[in-house]
Amino acid sequence: MALDIAPKRLPVPEQSAEERIKNFNDVVIGYSIEEAVAESARCLQCKNAPCIKGCPVSIDIPGFLKAIKEKDLEKSWDIISQYTNLPAVCGRVCPQEKQCEGVCTVGRIKGYEPVSIGKMERFIADWKAEHGSKVAPKVPEQTKGNVAVVGSGPSSLTVAGDLAKMGYKVTVYEALHAAGGVLMYGIPEFRLPKAIVRREIDNIKALGVKIETNVAVGRSVTIEELQSHFDAVYIATGAGTPHFMGVPGTSLNGVYSASEYLTRINLMHGYEFPKYDTPTKESEKVVVVGGGNVAMDAARSALRLGAKSVQVVYRRSLEELPARIEEYHHAVEEGVIFNWLTNPVEYVGSETGNIVGVKCIRMELGEPDASGRRRPQEIKGSEFTIEADTIIEAIGQGPNKVLLSAFQELKLNKKGYIDADPETGQADPEWVFAGGDIVTGAATVILAMGAGKKAAEAIDKYITEKKAAGK
Amino acid sequence: MYKIISKKLVVPKEFDVWVEAPRVARHVKPGQFVIIRTNPQGERVPLTVADYDREKGLIRMIFQTVGKTTAEFADMNVGDCLTDILGPLGTPSEIKNYGTVLMVGGGVGIAALFPIIRALKEAGNKVYTILGGRTKDLVIMKEECEKYSDELLITTDDGSAGKKGVVTDAMVELAERGVKIDQSWAIGPSIMMKFASLKAKELDIPMFVSLNPIMIDGTGMCGGCRVTIHDQIRFACVDGPEFDGWGVNWNEFMNRMRQYKDEEKMSLEKYKAEMGEE
Ligand SMILES: Cc1cc2nc3c(=O)[nH]c(=O)nc-3n(C[C@H](O)[C@H](O)[C@H](O)COP(=O)(O)OP(=O)(O)OC[C@H]3O[C@@H](n4cnc5c(N)ncnc54)[C@H](O)[C@@H]3O)c2cc1C
Ligand SMILES: Cc1cc2nc3c(=O)[nH]c(=O)nc-3n(C[C@H](O)[C@H](O)[C@H](O)COP(=O)(O)OP(=O)(O)OC[C@H]3O[C@@H](n4cnc5c(N)ncnc54)[C@H](O)[C@@H]3O)c2cc1C
Ligand code: SF4
Ligand code: SF4
Ligand code: FES
Ligand SMILES: [Mg+2]
Repeated sequence: MALDIAPKRLPVPEQSAEERIKNFNDVVIGYSIEEAVAESARCLQCKNAPCIKGCPVSIDIPGFLKAIKEKDLEKSWDIISQYTNLPAVCGRVCPQEKQCEGVCTVGRIKGYEPVSIGKMERFIADWKAEHGSKVAPKVPEQTKGNVAVVGSGPSSLTVAGDLAKMGYKVTVYEALHAAGGVLMYGIPEFRLPKAIVRREIDNIKALGVKIETNVAVGRSVTIEELQSHFDAVYIATGAGTPHFMGVPGTSLNGVYSASEYLTRINLMHGYEFPKYDTPTKESEKVVVVGGGNVAMDAARSALRLGAKSVQVVYRRSLEELPARIEEYHHAVEEGVIFNWLTNPVEYVGSETGNIVGVKCIRMELGEPDASGRRRPQEIKGSEFTIEADTIIEAIGQGPNKVLLSAFQELKLNKKGYIDADPETGQADPEWVFAGGDIVTGAATVILAMGAGKKAAEAIDKYITEKKAAGK
Repeated sequence: MYKIISKKLVVPKEFDVWVEAPRVARHVKPGQFVIIRTNPQGERVPLTVADYDREKGLIRMIFQTVGKTTAEFADMNVGDCLTDILGPLGTPSEIKNYGTVLMVGGGVGIAALFPIIRALKEAGNKVYTILGGRTKDLVIMKEECEKYSDELLITTDDGSAGKKGVVTDAMVELAERGVKIDQSWAIGPSIMMKFASLKAKELDIPMFVSLNPIMIDGTGMCGGCRVTIHDQIRFACVDGPEFDGWGVNWNEFMNRMRQYKDEEKMSLEKYKAEMGEE
């Protein structure tokens, strides 16, 4: 098929690798208007628009791209903002290659790359914030009912924004001192600037949503209080409890969970110690265990904190790496070294209880396991040691427990996550809805948002019916 | 929000404050703590809720100035507001009628022990309390603890109050008198809790200790507060802070408390310089 469009997407300007490892600023600089207009012209405006189906919040992608092509950026924003409350976030952190861009018609043609949808979404959101018109959104009357939302991550923000638009009075409770969930405490500044998260949260507040920080539901507010004050409750408390491998030496000084390492840096601004009070340690040789986004973020943060060498140890191979591919490429460019098919077996400490090295073993891939990925097995006698003064484990997380432990009646599934209807988010008891990582286990921002979108509709239906029945 | 209502110096470097925190005051139970921040660029530090007034929405904290954040808190005045207070956090103490209980407190740990003493007394226990300190002036809350104790013993390193010696000496004395203890608590400096636990084990007395590792979120999300109890990793902010004193890996615990010594020192010096102090 001969097409009248450029086969390759327009490369997006970025900070050079040498430059960016010295700062925490956004790695990607983003398209200019001219570049965005040129890239939008690569969209074929497919009638069946597979990209929309690939997007968990069903953004009208051809619609907003067409508006860019016609240089009507305000209109493009209006289209996007009908579907998502967090476009600047999704444009930056969605695993686009597995979502919208993964099914883009252009990308399926041999020799062609998909339209750069994520980068365009981000472009519009950033353009709107800097140059767009600043008309305050109409705050609908909050007469349809009262909804409490527990947690303030992307799933909660989506439910809250959508319900506010429908006319509900929404109160979001967040345990930490800042709203945003993982967007604030987990994903680093250089991938997702916190000012941008705050900006999108302010947009949601402008819809009339009330966000109360420093409230741990189950402790500061009881479940009974929630039930008596609200018509329904949405729970999206996330999968934030870090797992540890449990190898000998886990409690040596210098061994961190990625959650701690990243929380110190992002939420607490440890990279600006001592201007900010929370300390981080200077490290020379860092080893990161794991292969997901969290591992990439920890590794790249360690470089920016001044580490001389950062090595990732991953028990499978590049093919199975769960991280977004863009993050992997960025990590390689920045100098992160990858040890494939390797697993730690012991952390070695000094007499003073500090980490000095990690004993690893080589792995080989055996038969596929339940997840369909080939199961790594140890190769006997292949142990070797990597010198390290810092170890960061990023091997996964479990459900946040503060709420669950205070809410014994809430039905959980076998893995300890909330048992919720995948279509509506409704849980047991029926006045509770839930979504995001606390239902699915650690997943993605856009899936958490998708769950919030569906739940907002289901909550509206539930409350409307309940009120009609006079309950 | 989080306004300081009253503040007094109890003993050198130890302050007793009441602060507005209605949600915490409404729900807090003995054994629980809060996480506070003193400024918008501040760190999150845990402090035990030493007392509360549910009607007025107030909580009481007793803290010792040891570094930057506690120094800054000490420099705040009545009418000033803390930036953040989150709580109540942690699993409450197991309050019930055990029969006879022994309560061992040292230093600023006495503040954390006090609400547990009171609750255990109110639950019908016979309460023996041992308070220890280096010297007379450092033994805080004597009258308050005494009020809810059947017997109060004091030990000081220099003999300026009570018996000369350490809290474990008083534990032995009670045992020698034939006092049979069903459950005990020890809250104070790590080294005191360690030796109290060892002694309790020797005397075959079950003992809870309240561990105070370095915390950040206080909600189970970072794993920085992990401690090893009977060879298992536990998170002190959600699984604790109280644990079976017999099972604590004390060396590891004390070592982890020292992780940021150099940075903490630098932070305090910087603060003092900014405040024009020595
Ligand atoms: C380091 C890191 C990098 C990641 N990178 C990516 C990426 O590039 N792309 C991507 O799509 N996904 C990424 N993810 C995953 C993604 O961030 C999560 O899937 C998503 O944030 C889940 O959203 P959520 O709304 O379910 O909950 P979270 O974002 O986890 O938010 C839950 C919130 O609830 C609060 N909370 C918990 N308990 C209570 C309580 N009892 N009371 C009040 N509040 C409570 C928590 O403090 C937290 O703020 C990453 C995750 C991490 C950790
Ligand atoms: C559950 C719990 C309850 C506590 N209750 C009280 C109390 O009622 N009164 C009281 O005086 N102290 C209490 N502490 C200890 C108090 O949190 C620390 O003294 C305080 O954080 C020191 O902060 P700083 O900046 O002033 O000193 P720094 O100089 O920063 O630290 C001094 C020492 O305190 C410890 N520490 C530092 N940061 C933290 C942190 N974020 N969390 C915990 N410990 C830390 C370290 O061992 C450090 O070496 C409690 C601690 C915990 C975990
Ligand atoms: S939200 Fe994610 S999946 Fe949807 S269009 Fe944007 S980048 Fe693609
Ligand atoms: S699939 Fe690709 S080309 Fe087709 S409408 Fe969507 S973005 Fe445009
Ligand atoms: S303080 Fe973070 S898990 Fe306990
Ligand atoms: Mg400090």
